[in-house]
Amino acid sequence: MNTLLWIIGIVAALMAGGWLIRTLGRAIDLPSRQANIYFRDMPYLASVGLAVGIFAIGILIYYYFLSPTPFFVWAVNGFIFFAICAFIFRFIGRVVGTEGSKKLFRQMPLTASFGILIIIVYAITAIFAGIIAPYGQEEVFAKANVLPGGDPATGGDPEHILGTDPIGRDILSRIIFGAQNTVGIAFITTCLAFLIGTTMGFLAAIKGGWIDQLTSRVVDALMAIPQLIFALLLMTIATAWAGSNGFLVTVYMILIIAVLDSTRVYRLSRAVGLNIVVMDYIEAAKLRGETLSYLVFKEILPNAFAPLLAEFGLRFCFVFLTIASLSFLGIGIQPPLADWGTMVKDLSAFINFAQFSPLTAALPLMAAGAIALLTVGVNFVVDWMLQKTSGLKE
Amino acid sequence: MHSVGMIILQRLGLGLITLFVVSVVIFAAVNLLPGDFAQAILGQGATPEAVEAIREDLGLNKNPFVRYFDWLGGVLTGDFGTSFAQANFAEFAGSDTGKGGIGSVADQLRPRFANTLFLASVAAIISIPLSLTLGILAALYRNSAYDRFINVSTLSAISSPEFFLAYILILVLAVINPVFPAVSNVYDELTFWERVNATMLPALTLTLAVTAQMMRMTRASIINLLASPYIEMARLKGLSPMRVIIKHALPNALAPIINVIALNLAYLITGVVVVETVFVYPGIGQLFVDSVKIRDIPIVQACCLVFAATYILLNLTADIASILSNPRLRHPK
Repeated sequence: MNTLLWIIGIVAALMAGGWLIRTLGRAIDLPSRQANIYFRDMPYLASVGLAVGIFAIGILIYYYFLSPTPFFVWAVNGFIFFAICAFIFRFIGRVVGTEGSKKLFRQMPLTASFGILIIIVYAITAIFAGIIAPYGQEEVFAKANVLPGGDPATGGDPEHILGTDPIGRDILSRIIFGAQNTVGIAFITTCLAFLIGTTMGFLAAIKGGWIDQLTSRVVDALMAIPQLIFALLLMTIATAWAGSNGFLVTVYMILIIAVLDSTRVYRLSRAVGLNIVVMDYIEAAKLRGETLSYLVFKEILPNAFAPLLAEFGLRFCFVFLTIASLSFLGIGIQPPLADWGTMVKDLSAFINFAQFSPLTAALPLMAAGAIALLTVGVNFVVDWMLQKTSGLKE
Repeated sequence: MHSVGMIILQRLGLGLITLFVVSVVIFAAVNLLPGDFAQAILGQGATPEAVEAIREDLGLNKNPFVRYFDWLGGVLTGDFGTSFAQANFAEFAGSDTGKGGIGSVADQLRPRFANTLFLASVAAIISIPLSLTLGILAALYRNSAYDRFINVSTLSAISSPEFFLAYILILVLAVINPVFPAVSNVYDELTFWERVNATMLPALTLTLAVTAQMMRMTRASIINLLASPYIEMARLKGLSPMRVIIKHALPNALAPIINVIALNLAYLITGVVVVETVFVYPGIGQLFVDSVKIRDIPIVQACCLVFAATYILLNLTADIASILSNPRLRHPK
């Protein structure tokens, strides 16, 4: 009951606040003419929205300085840090580089430059994981369960900044190697899905007839089962085939997800291909007597490149999330390979220590956040690319 | 000729055919398993006679076609077979374990499916009005600071894995501020509100996961219409922007919105696997994952079929709803 009264009170205060803001804005003669007109024509709802915004920002500031646990402060600091990094990156891109790349950076929103920066950082981490990481991913140390923070007084160890897991492996190294394994496997899977999907899709578009009918119906049947469910079903069978061989399970997972995901790629590339094969230049190429592979690689592929590239980004996100989910459920990437999904599952119990040791509780969130950050970054870039190519402005 | 009833019947027929094909695919996939369950239950040192006996018992010695139609016939009469894990257990514990119909898959499935439906409906009740409101507001104040903020935050919510959202919610609403329980302990004796309280965190996680897409679709389909002449006319008449959008743009934008809502409802029921695992919610998704881990094939098969049927049904609903709301689709050229 008490909470309800609070909520009603806050809503009433916000509505009154909106009215107050608008009345004040109208009463005071502001220096600029535009601001005066803005307040004169302001609808009531917009003024309430303004009040809600001010209220929300006020609460955030209050929380930032007076929150009992440091999570919110970390989140805000992280957000500001990333925003500044993205800004600097965009600024550098605007100054350094060729004329074309400078122009690209000038039109870029901050979110897109953030996404590109994230992708670059992840790529570097994944490729040079062996050099960056302080220890190997399978190295087991005598001191297990070292707390993060690196301070011996609180159970830490300066040699293991993020501590060690219950078996005694260095968590920081495993997070860095996770970039190599999780991102690398997702990338391979997406490439494979694209290889299968675009080949079949373009083939169906060019040949038509029974090939088109057959592949399309097979794809329809595969798409009628929800993807994660089907992947889980097939993984049951794959684990039975592979037995206790963890490497083989991972290979089967790559194949299964690639095939399931190629159905979506097939749909898109067939649709794009169908629009292209009716063009005159394809007719001309066919009359010249060009081979099928020439038609696909020299005529269709260059013209289908832009939508396929955007699709590649989106599919990568889906594959990445599916693999992370499977690993989280314990049937994806197998140990001893370090992987973020598995790490989240293994470390998830630490979240209950949030009141006592915030840094320990943040460990599972770090692994999960590493997954989220990359997909968010890729999505920002894809969103920007789609907006740029399709002109989805207004 | 092209009456609405005919079209709906046609779609229903197509849905049934799809479901049949899906059942064949599921059955075929499961039969790719090496060896069989008789071997799996008895382990390495099984005598051939014992293996044969169990095969006889479970009907594994029949030809795959016969078994498929046996299974399909059972499914159609509501009998999904016997759970291997439970059958195994019953043999060790003696034949009488209390309930009649030991280890029947249908018995295990029914309460869990009801729980999942409850979770999905709580999530839907929160997320649909929320996403419609946010979407309409974003279309109304497009390209404003609010629009950009909503755009960035929904895009981030879509792209985060569900377990990330789930753990953040646990951290904020269960550990730091203990408002809701972190583990959804749902059982039969709970009152309605206690049940809602226990379901709240998984429902909120699902809400975060689906709201973004519905809201973006609402915004996009309304904005798509704003360039059309009749909207221009309504604006020139002097109607307020809110009225233009609610009265004139929204009804015409409904078809894609209904479509995306139905697809997201399908997602709510099938995408619960991860969320139910995080919150230990006793739904069908958790049953599915557990059965996958111990390779309890009849349950895996049944869950898959239930998920696929729900998915197909909701897709079908989306299809029919968009035909009903858009007369142009009723007369295909």
